[in-house]
Amino acid sequence: MPLLGYIRTMFYISVPLGKLVRRVSRLRGGGSALPGLVVEKIDPGFMRRTLTTLPHGVAVVSGTNGKTTTTKMVVELLESQGLTVFTNRTGSNFTRGVAAALLGAVDWRGRLKADVAVLELDEAHAVHFVNSVPPRYSLLLNVLRDQLDRFGEIDKTAQLLQHIADKTTGTVVLNREDPRVARIAETLTGQDVRYFGLDDSLLSTFPNDDDMRTAPGSPAPAALPQKPAADVVLSTVGADSAAFEYDGGTVTTGMKLRGVYNIFNAAAALTLARSICGGGAATADHDALLVALGKVEPAFGRGESLTVDGQPLDLVLVKNPSGFRLGLKSFPAEGYATMIAINDNYADGRDMSWLWDVGFDSLQPGGVDQLTGSRAYDMALRLQYDDVRIGAVQPEIAPALAAFIREAAGKPKRIFCTYTAMLAIRRELSKITTVEVVS
Amino acid sequence: MSTGHQDKGTLRVLQLYPRDMNIYGDWGNALVLQQRIGWHGYTPELLEYNVGDEFPANVDIIVGGGGQDSGQLVIQDDLQARAVELTDLAEDGAPMLVICGLYQLFGKSFKTRTGTVIPGIGILDVETLGTDERLIGNVKVATTEFGEVLGYENHSGQTTLGNGVRPLGTAAKGTGNNSADGHEGARYRNIVASYLHGSLLPKNPAIADFLIRTAAERKFGSFEPGTPDDSYAVLAREHAARRPR
Ligand SMILES: [Zn+2]
Repeated sequence: MPLLGYIRTMFYISVPLGKLVRRVSRLRGGGSALPGLVVEKIDPGFMRRTLTTLPHGVAVVSGTNGKTTTTKMVVELLESQGLTVFTNRTGSNFTRGVAAALLGAVDWRGRLKADVAVLELDEAHAVHFVNSVPPRYSLLLNVLRDQLDRFGEIDKTAQLLQHIADKTTGTVVLNREDPRVARIAETLTGQDVRYFGLDDSLLSTFPNDDDMRTAPGSPAPAALPQKPAADVVLSTVGADSAAFEYDGGTVTTGMKLRGVYNIFNAAAALTLARSICGGGAATADHDALLVALGKVEPAFGRGESLTVDGQPLDLVLVKNPSGFRLGLKSFPAEGYATMIAINDNYADGRDMSWLWDVGFDSLQPGGVDQLTGSRAYDMALRLQYDDVRIGAVQPEIAPALAAFIREAAGKPKRIFCTYTAMLAIRRELSKITTVEVVS
Repeated sequence: MSTGHQDKGTLRVLQLYPRDMNIYGDWGNALVLQQRIGWHGYTPELLEYNVGDEFPANVDIIVGGGGQDSGQLVIQDDLQARAVELTDLAEDGAPMLVICGLYQLFGKSFKTRTGTVIPGIGILDVETLGTDERLIGNVKVATTEFGEVLGYENHSGQTTLGNGVRPLGTAAKGTGNNSADGHEGARYRNIVASYLHGSLLPKNPAIADFLIRTAAERKFGSFEPGTPDDSYAVLAREHAARRPR
């Protein structure tokens, strides 16, 4: 067969073949990446061809913390504008996962019925992806210290985000308050740059990552000499509402998301959605955007608010030092009964060193009522060295949770938990009490 | 928690390069020394030494951690410039704890995978070879001095001990210094060197108290211990010892 004919044949069979593999692996209960791998191997152009021909192209969301919930927000905002959105909702945010998700969404001829693709990109896989599929839009959230065991160092993460920005063909949306992200603008030439920002009054509610005890790598670059104007600014955060400034006015909207940090990412999502919908002659329908924003719930497994025995119970996922610090800053302890659940299963990470990279002084006034999880005593030891009062320690999650709910009856409750501890707590909650999911 | 009457004297703890060499919770070691010095009834003073700083006088305990490769490059020249002060202190019996990256650089040399030789300051008679293999996981070490030592290793450098040092202990779970001889860490005079993060000192208060006792005896001629409450440490050790690699 002549080479060209061979290539053409591969083109026509790759999508049906991939879809078949996808069906088979679904039936066998397999993961989502295998079918993507099959298509990638036999037809490397599949993803680029399918995604870049969408009317609004591809938008990617990247950064250290908050990608999943922010991606979900952008999708829901765009859907409120009547757009059909393709996204990698399954949580497999690698190139192959995207290819696999695509296979589920395209018809047998490889056509995707969508106006835009909004994809969450893990920093580790972003370079490979944007090299093969240049995005039209990118939203870069933050560069925070992670466990340091995946990417090496914070400067490298900043470089990865820079590379995503370089490859973006249209609009780059940047966090004005994170100097490592904001400074990416200085090297961009062809792209339209927009910022999302915070009112000065809220700056103190965010931990400065460079104050962190563990600080390898070069010091943070100075903030921009003059703050550029932001497209959307988060101006105030209430108990269940937030105010945003844009187009010269301030609007207040109810929010189901909790935590200043999540709500700041709502400003990021709004900026990106305005960029995508407000291009050219089109204007965004802001009433619909705000209604959609108010309804956004956290992505599964990223923390949520429940009602237990008539009192709110917040689950806050903590999986690395910067995430734990954000959680402590974003959800003040005052007025809440507090529990911490630390597991060291494979999915949580076995290394407990990270607990020593977090400062727990903010828990000193109220103490911690209950500690649980396979590393409950590591957590107790950590709190002892920060002079935080400890109520009870019970490594078994079920009895610990029952005791916590019993003893903190009539009080709002908050549980900081690692990933597998969160799954166990959700399971237990549904057994011991009527759980009403608020958001 | 500072229960003792703070009149037994001041002990000065110097953190080496906290800005560049302080990963996987190594800060916890400095915090534990600071708190336990107080719990023993002495007054802690925590100092930092970073690249380019003036080296402080009258230091009683030195503690240093691990770093990224970039961190090691940043401190390399500065450390060489401090070799005399640090060697004098070490030979004079000052207690020191060096973890991972600074353990390697306290040795004679570090030969990278590409063959570049980075000189150490040679206080410890050890040599390290960079490898492609990353040794990661929970570690249990049997030691004669401190009982069972628990921690978490994460390194690709493999260290071999010379005749001038003895091992801290023998790895009962995990790898330790290298994948050949089963040794973990090194002991020389009053220096404890180890690959273990975790942080090391919180779950191994015996090592923390060795450093504090040695410092007090050196400075005041004797050590009068307080009674820190180690019940959480005991339970954290029991649970940690049962966790998988
Ligand atoms: Zn290490």
